[in-house]
Amino acid sequence: MLGKLKNSVMDSQVKKSIFRVGIPNTDRKRVLIVLGNVFLHLHPTKVRTSGVKLRYTWCAGGLSFFLFLVLTLTGVLLMFYYRPTVEGAYVDMLDIRSQVPFGIMRELHRWSAHAMVIMVMIHMFRVFMTGSYKPPREFNWVIGVILLVLTFLLSFTGYLLPWDQLAIWAITVGSNMAKAHPFVGAAGPFADFLQIGGVPLVHPGDDARFMLIGAKELGGTTLLRFYVLHCVAIPLGAAVLMAIHFWRIRKDGGISGPL
Amino acid sequence: MTEHAVVHANPAFEAFKAIANMLADPRASFLGAVGGLILMLRFRRYVFNWYVGAFVLIVEAVVILAGMMDPNFKLIIGKPDNVPITIMLFLSTITLWLAMTQAVNNERRAEQKLPPEEKETSNQKTWVWPDLLYIEFIALILCTVALILWAVYLRAPLEEPANPSATPNPSKAPWYFLGLQEMLVYYDPWYAGVVLPLIIIMGLMAIPYIDTNPKGNGYYSFAERKFSVSMFLFGYLALWVFMIITGTFLRGPGWNFFGPFEYWDPHKVVALNNVNVSDYVWVVLFPKLGDLTGIAWFKQGLPPVQNVVPALIPPDMASIRAFGHELFMAWKREFAGIIFIGLYFLAGPWVMGKTFLKSYFKSLDFGRYSLLAFLVLTMGTLPLKMVCRWLFDLKYFIDTPWIKF
Repeated sequence: MLGKLKNSVMDSQVKKSIFRVGIPNTDRKRVLIVLGNVFLHLHPTKVRTSGVKLRYTWCAGGLSFFLFLVLTLTGVLLMFYYRPTVEGAYVDMLDIRSQVPFGIMRELHRWSAHAMVIMVMIHMFRVFMTGSYKPPREFNWVIGVILLVLTFLLSFTGYLLPWDQLAIWAITVGSNMAKAHPFVGAAGPFADFLQIGGVPLVHPGDDARFMLIGAKELGGTTLLRFYVLHCVAIPLGAAVLMAIHFWRIRKDGGISGPL
Repeated sequence: MTEHAVVHANPAFEAFKAIANMLADPRASFLGAVGGLILMLRFRRYVFNWYVGAFVLIVEAVVILAGMMDPNFKLIIGKPDNVPITIMLFLSTITLWLAMTQAVNNERRAEQKLPPEEKETSNQKTWVWPDLLYIEFIALILCTVALILWAVYLRAPLEEPANPSATPNPSKAPWYFLGLQEMLVYYDPWYAGVVLPLIIIMGLMAIPYIDTNPKGNGYYSFAERKFSVSMFLFGYLALWVFMIITGTFLRGPGWNFFGPFEYWDPHKVVALNNVNVSDYVWVVLFPKLGDLTGIAWFKQGLPPVQNVVPALIPPDMASIRAFGHELFMAWKREFAGIIFIGLYFLAGPWVMGKTFLKSYFKSLDFGRYSLLAFLVLTMGTLPLKMVCRWLFDLKYFIDTPWIKF
């Protein structure tokens, strides 16, 4: 009875129209189910057995990507409740904390962010220790390093958004580094060499820090800038690079293993 | 932060705390970490097994749990945003153990003329559906459960509303940048905050192009790539993870050092009497030479250097000439540091090529070897500056009005 029901569901027209393949009980169907699904076809149909083992990959790369997805989902939900303005940001934080029943979206988002930073670092450590950056995977390592930096920047830009003391002072410390740039930071070496007839070209009103925070001091412009970077610009860039990263795993011969 | 009264007056616990405070000082802990890393790699065959791995994890857990009985320690380790660092500490231990245990295993197998463990199954194939997808699915579920538990039990921090006029002491960057903030103790911002991160990123990207060793591709190994793995472990564990832990847990108000069981006293005053190489040369060494030889030139004291900015557009010859003079004076004052740093970066590659980089010196072309040597030496300046700070109170090797190193 149950088996009959199961078969009629699994082989129904609706199910076939979505998944294209019936019950994957033959090798041919196992291939087709992976090839015919836009998400699954990130994978090849078969992978090196040594590379599937947990003690080889520690799932670090996969979990980094999964955490990125968790962050995207929880981030979108948080965006419904959040205004990136000096007046609104902190009030919205209080509301998210106290007015949403069972609200753990902010917690999930924050802890996933920390976890992703750690996981990406561990993934890099794993790839180094297995020598997986060696030919033909050199370029994918380079992409990975850029993704590591983008992960830091994603977390860094998100750190400002609660607009509390923790946020603005952490970003103050971080963004103060921008004014120390040689030549293009107002407090950096050689910035005062760039002047025309005594008029400085690089000053707190136009230097690298100004470009980063949108003002001479942290304020509403900074919040908007970091919000756009955090929610749109950097995730888009990271998504493109991730696509390249995954594509190149396939093109460079799949998961690494001894030749 | 007001409750720093001693709750547990147990003498054994007090002694433990005093020793921990002493050992946590970067002078002891950094050298300990580096020494530990070297010993660990040297005796890797005895270290990377179940017993030692479990022992280290238990010690870490016991120290942290026992430490939680101390209110000062609990304050800093229990901060919600510091929890990831404790997690990182454990995950670093576990992943290092996982990687090195398999590397040691492969090393043993190589001695018995066996291929690496991974080779046994690397020519077989596993179906993605269902085998790999099951593993991924379970990993995602476990990860989700862990995140939800973490989120339910620990609220995300939310402090007072932003107030630009109330600077907290200490002001700290997000935790993953605390390694860089810790470097501000030893370097100026233009270097620790801008140039060095750029070199780190570029250096990481350059790794596959410098490391031409074809061995160790696709399996855990150490013996076949001793130098590259050692360098990476040194940079990753001793200079990145260690610095983050120091910057988070052991730096209090005024970025002063505080032991893990010390109260973060905002009024702690640490005498800053750091001096430059040029001070040693012109104020300490040369006057003595002057006394010995009777030459008055040695007794002129530290030559003064003014911060003069040349007006280049439109060119003002007077200011350019004045700048030239100050530049000359800066060279004169800082000659010892300039020669030292110059030798370090120019003769260093050659010296390393004749000693511990001999094989790389022979096998790599000029460009690759220079880059490798530059990156190794750049990484080396940090421990060099740390040790010089501790031994000689050294502030700068080169201190000019324009650039300080």
